[in-house]
Amino acid sequence: MIVNLASSFLTLAAILFCLGLFGALTKRNAVIVLLSIELMLNAVNLNLIAFSKYGIAPSLTGQLFSLFTITVAAAEAAIGVAILIALFRKRGTSDVTDMNQLKR
Amino acid sequence: MPTLTGEFIAFFIFAFLVIGGAVFMLSFTKVVHTVVSVAFTFLSLGGLYVLLQAEFIAFVQILIYTGAVSILMIFGIMLTKHNEDNAAQQWTIHETLTAIGCAALFGILFYAIQNVSLVPMTAFDPGQDNVAALGELIFTERVLPFELASVLLTVAFIGAILLARREEEEQ
Repeated sequence: MIVNLASSFLTLAAILFCLGLFGALTKRNAVIVLLSIELMLNAVNLNLIAFSKYGIAPSLTGQLFSLFTITVAAAEAAIGVAILIALFRKRGTSDVTDMNQLKR
Repeated sequence: MPTLTGEFIAFFIFAFLVIGGAVFMLSFTKVVHTVVSVAFTFLSLGGLYVLLQAEFIAFVQILIYTGAVSILMIFGIMLTKHNEDNAAQQWTIHETLTAIGCAALFGILFYAIQNVSLVPMTAFDPGQDNVAALGELIFTERVLPFELASVLLTVAFIGAILLARREEEEQ
């Protein structure tokens, strides 16, 4: 009997997503929050590629979707770091709890 | 007891590295260590993609995530200041509640994954050449999203330069 790895891949992606969610919600450093968001996006990518092999209708479309996700995630990371640097230059902090100007 | 195939052993090693990198990312207090451990996670995810017969995505993952995103984050760290003294703060009520919520979310996802039956109707056909098959798909069926992605990358590139540029005219 061959082990079916489909549910193992999905479980791994779920673990990765939950770890990323925990990091994004609790960490105070903005760089680590950005990294946690990247981790969540990677979990979704892993799901897409696992479904493209083990899903109901296997095809290359899942791999193509994950390519587009990687593109958008790279753009998001670049903009995120740019905003971080601009904010640091203005206010001298990289702590997400200090970024509350709109609340006041 | 299922037999241990090479695929399963490789999956186990890569999954261990992925989860280890992510857990160390959450537990390290120095920011540079965090980035290095998350780079390990990204690299092992590339290995998992090879296991899933997605070779092109695996190399894109290593190039973009392990290379570009990690270096970008290290630049982000170098250009901002980080105080290490409040690193050893105690476990707050907010973190406890978030941990419980994340664990509950994982429980729901795990329950759903265990109950779903994924029986593929056809065998997966990655094509004779994965890169060629993907390229054919991009330039025939999905040419519009591909062009939109290039526009998005241009906009993000210009926007990042404008945001991070030093404004010398003021003051």
